[in-house]
Amino acid sequence: MTAIPDKRGRFGPFGGRYVPETLIPALDELTAVYQKARRDPKFRHELDYYLREYVGRPTPLYYAERLTKKLGGATIYLKREDLCHTGAHKINNTMGQVLLARRMKKPRVIAETGAGQHGVAVATVAAMFGLQCEVYMGTEDMERQALNVFRMRLLGTTVTGVNAGSRTLKDAISEAMRDWTTNVRTTHYILGSVLGAHPYPMMVRDFQAVIGREARKQIVRAHGKLPDYLVACVGGGSNAIGLFTAFLKDRRVKMVGVEAGGLGLSSGKHAARFASGSVGVLQGTMTYLLQDGDGQIQLTHSVSAGLDYAAVGPEHALYQERGRIAYTSVTDDEAIAAFDLLAQTEGIMPALESAHAVAHVVKFAPTLTRSQAVLVNLSGRGDKDVHQIARMKGVTI
Amino acid sequence: MVQGGTSLPPAPGRISAQTSRIASTFHRLAEQRQKALIAYIMAGDPSLDETETYVLRMAEAGADIIELGVPFSDPIADGPVIQQAADRALRSGTTLRKIVAAVHSLRTKTQVPLVLMTYYNTILKYGEAAFCRDAAESGVDGIIVPDLPPEEATTLQPLARRSGLDLIFLLAPTSTARRQASVARLSNGFIYYVSMTGITGAMLKDRADVASKVKEIRRYAKTPVAVGFGIATADDVREIAPMADGVIVGSALVKIIAEGSPSVADRLGSFTRSLKAATMRPDAELSPTNKRPTP
Repeated sequence: MTAIPDKRGRFGPFGGRYVPETLIPALDELTAVYQKARRDPKFRHELDYYLREYVGRPTPLYYAERLTKKLGGATIYLKREDLCHTGAHKINNTMGQVLLARRMKKPRVIAETGAGQHGVAVATVAAMFGLQCEVYMGTEDMERQALNVFRMRLLGTTVTGVNAGSRTLKDAISEAMRDWTTNVRTTHYILGSVLGAHPYPMMVRDFQAVIGREARKQIVRAHGKLPDYLVACVGGGSNAIGLFTAFLKDRRVKMVGVEAGGLGLSSGKHAARFASGSVGVLQGTMTYLLQDGDGQIQLTHSVSAGLDYAAVGPEHALYQERGRIAYTSVTDDEAIAAFDLLAQTEGIMPALESAHAVAHVVKFAPTLTRSQAVLVNLSGRGDKDVHQIARMKGVTI
Repeated sequence: MVQGGTSLPPAPGRISAQTSRIASTFHRLAEQRQKALIAYIMAGDPSLDETETYVLRMAEAGADIIELGVPFSDPIADGPVIQQAADRALRSGTTLRKIVAAVHSLRTKTQVPLVLMTYYNTILKYGEAAFCRDAAESGVDGIIVPDLPPEEATTLQPLARRSGLDLIFLLAPTSTARRQASVARLSNGFIYYVSMTGITGAMLKDRADVASKVKEIRRYAKTPVAVGFGIATADDVREIAPMADGVIVGSALVKIIAEGSPSVADRLGSFTRSLKAATMRPDAELSPTNKRPTP
């Protein structure tokens, strides 16, 4: 396990705990319960059991043969997190956290959601364990992810629209934090990414690290050696850190995080924090974020609700500064083209978030050779995006 | 950043916390057997000119300390009333720099202690050292940063102290005894006790709990304790004030501003007067020697 963060939740200069006093004791409790659980063989056994029997792990590592041939460069492998129960990697984390909520005897869980994948994963584990559940979602996101809203409601969850600010993920997180501040004694907040105050960035990373642990074994088996590149999309960055963590010490393995370029970096309508952001504090953590000269958080834009967020996980900020992970961005249009391409060459519809990772591969795989392997985290499936893509293509369904 | 290098009236008691404007206010009130009324409004809502009018009116009507909210796009500790006030203030172009300048102008007109309540990112972006220097020079007396627990204040705290700014920390119903002890000792000016687990503008239900928590906190520090969150009416003030050294009223005042004309300043004034009256014990109120000196 990596030695970061330190005891105060610091990833170098990033991370920490910038939250109201009311929440500090809850974060202390969560840290203590989590630290105890991660060393408890019973907890690990329980989590492994549900990941295997309920989530469907391990997920396959699939050699994307036609895509590889079509792009004519590197050999491309897809880590199929889209095949997890509920359709995305998010449930790796929600399963871990719901088990902790049970250990803390909290009868209620809350969450924020952007694309709705995390919300669905929380609603699912809440239903499975009989916990009360409320999910906050920006009204803009509720509109573009109506299917996931309905799925959560079918699972018995209360979905509460947030009509403040940009009406997207950022505002949903603020509202979830306010709920948690109010109901902290009875409620566990299942944060969905490597964001927020310590211990969340560490804990969510640890729960997602199963992706990389599996993928490392699988690629050595499939390709005979470690991959040359890992590629993953980065909103908050949980699927990326989940894949990358197992490879951090393999200096030869290059890693690329793909941010949302929206309508293009020069348009100002994007969510590329590393391209034009600066260091600040938002929603509990110090990291790179998009802000104006007075420290006000800027509105972001992405076709993908899951990447449409002004801050990036603090651990990513550290690896960006250290140069261990490279970050780039692709535009909305490039992501949609990659969605089409993957659907038509491999019969796999990726989530628009994951389509950003695929879009980057489309750009640079042709510059590599067949002996070089690129491992892409296909973090979620695209069913939820079908309506939005239809709308963008001007098709009524 | 203070324009023109105008010489400020020397702020008395910039040397140590014991003699800061906030500390001397609590000291005077204690001698008069009164409790502090701390009034919060959002700076720049609807404009900084009007904020100046409102501050002067509230000071005149008996507010002992005035908190100016600094608008932030993502105020995680605030309920809808203050969120919307922040939106209005941001739309009117309010920034931390302009607020500091507005305080500078206010200081030629009133000596009421002024506290800025601001989320950490606005200070970070300003630059912590520059902010502390400019704020102190302009006549700001204290700062409250709701998303900055003492553990994360290791850079801001020495800078604030050097500038003579009181850095006011918060305690909550969930704070453990250990935290009560350490936070109470670190807080300067006063200790902000958050009356409930919740956000600004919520309803305060468990009043008995407030009394016992304030008593616990007082074991650890002599610093005055002021109670905020959920205090909206003169009746609330009458009930809570005896438990502490001061009460903080925010959302109820911000609502008056949100309702707009006619005569917001008059209504703020008369509401403040009724709140201040509620901080005084009935017998204290009658005694002419306990009359507040006119500012």
